[in-house]
Amino acid sequence: MTATPTVGVLALQGDTAEHLRVLGDLGVPAEPVLRPEDLDRVDGLILPGGESTTMSKLAVRYDLLEPLRKHIGEGMPAYGTCAGMILLADRILDGAADQETVGGLDMTVRRNAFGRQSESFEAGIDIEGVDGAPFEAVFIRAPWVESVGERVRVLGQTPYGERAGRIVAVRQGGLLATSFHPELTGDPRIHRLFVDMVKGQA
Amino acid sequence: MNYHGTRDSTGRTPLTCHVDHPTRTGPRTPVRPTFWESATVTNTVDTAGSAVGTTRVKRGMAEQLKNGVIMDVVTPEQARIAEDAGAVAVMALERVPADIRQHGGVARMSDPDMIDGIIEAVSIPVMAKARIGHFVEAQVLESLGVDFVDESEVLTPADEAHHIDKWAFTVPFVCGATSIGEALRRIAEGAAMIRSKGEAGTGNVVEATRHMRAIRTEIARLGTLDEAELFGAAKEIQAPYEVVKEVARLGKLPVPLFSAGGVASPADAALMRQLGAESVFVGSGIFKSGDPAKRADAIVQATLHYRDPEVIAKVSRGLGDAMVGINVDDLEESERYAGRGW
Repeated sequence: MTATPTVGVLALQGDTAEHLRVLGDLGVPAEPVLRPEDLDRVDGLILPGGESTTMSKLAVRYDLLEPLRKHIGEGMPAYGTCAGMILLADRILDGAADQETVGGLDMTVRRNAFGRQSESFEAGIDIEGVDGAPFEAVFIRAPWVESVGERVRVLGQTPYGERAGRIVAVRQGGLLATSFHPELTGDPRIHRLFVDMVKGQA
Repeated sequence: MNYHGTRDSTGRTPLTCHVDHPTRTGPRTPVRPTFWESATVTNTVDTAGSAVGTTRVKRGMAEQLKNGVIMDVVTPEQARIAEDAGAVAVMALERVPADIRQHGGVARMSDPDMIDGIIEAVSIPVMAKARIGHFVEAQVLESLGVDFVDESEVLTPADEAHHIDKWAFTVPFVCGATSIGEALRRIAEGAAMIRSKGEAGTGNVVEATRHMRAIRTEIARLGTLDEAELFGAAKEIQAPYEVVKEVARLGKLPVPLFSAGGVASPADAALMRQLGAESVFVGSGIFKSGDPAKRADAIVQATLHYRDPEVIAKVSRGLGDAMVGINVDDLEESERYAGRGW
């Protein structure tokens, strides 16, 4: 893999700009991905937060779903946050009717599992592979991982309260997903981990 | 729902969150952020006693709605059409603005049964409108579980001097603005999203264009001022200095800026995006048109591909009748909504 890979950020909807900014802060070349041919120019892909139903409908409409499946199936590293986690899940619960996902991660994700916006929250979470203080995780109408296949490694779980023990960060090979939004906090540690994965160094 | 922030000796506001929510069971998890200064969703609007920890969650919610379309709906069926077309959220209300104009009288918060029906019908976020200054309507909407409250000039204002203290709520708020000063006053009151205040229910985008241009020009101007001049600018636009300074530093509002009011066609939506709106609210424009499902779909596509005239041309074909518009010049002063709020 090249020393300075280019990371794409899916730009169908959501907080694409925040991811591009974190990557920019890390000095990583980054560009939005809106058309199938954009995928050929990037070495890894971030699927941002937003509305997973909107993104999956637009991915189908713009003939992006199959190219996404192909690239990710052939090993393109990918990182999904919140809605992006849903898109990377092989199976979803509480999705909209006929909601399609890109898939790749052998897990079942429950959409809006933590509740509506009035239940959105932030909490410090220890993430395996991320050194230092607990990660300030911002959860917004967030999903959680209901169950994982044996190839999936659980990297983080909610620490306390009625939501304790929910799986909110996972990795399977080159695929990474979090229920929360590191792009909203200015803490680049998880993005750095992903960039290292794209470089083949993590 | 109560937040109590008490400053400690470091000047930070540790958050203790006491949530007492009648409609939900079980204790809430206390949230105690240990740092927030590095938040890219900035928490600089730190009015004393406000819950800094949730500012990030509220503004973060607004960020998730970017690059999309939020549609006014009055029935569960319309809500499903909107969701199918790829709306990022729906605004649940009893009458779209065009009908509010026609029917006259006092326009209030919608019937909770109607809002419940729409929350039940779709899985995307649901917004609802409260009257300007009517904090009890906002409390009711929050208890119903809506994801965003629009403190809206489309409804009849309930307070002639005060907007809602939005810091006091768990639910995030969007407010309208015609100018930078108005936008920053709303942000200082706790708004997590700003939208233009185009004349709703007219199908005429001219006022929204004026607001977007005014806000954009003023943001650019603030970026050219030095420290001393920023104090003068804050006084001039009647907004808190801290927020003014933040805008000058960021070159944008500290919360997402969306457009609302008068958008009726795919080209209107793309116009708003090119003028700097990060998303577009569409009110009467969809369900007052000849073929709502097709128009909703077309506006979603034009909002995404707003810089691509070929896509906009393609989706603009054969849409059927647009809503019948009203020229803003034909409105009496008392019929104009943009002057509501201050």
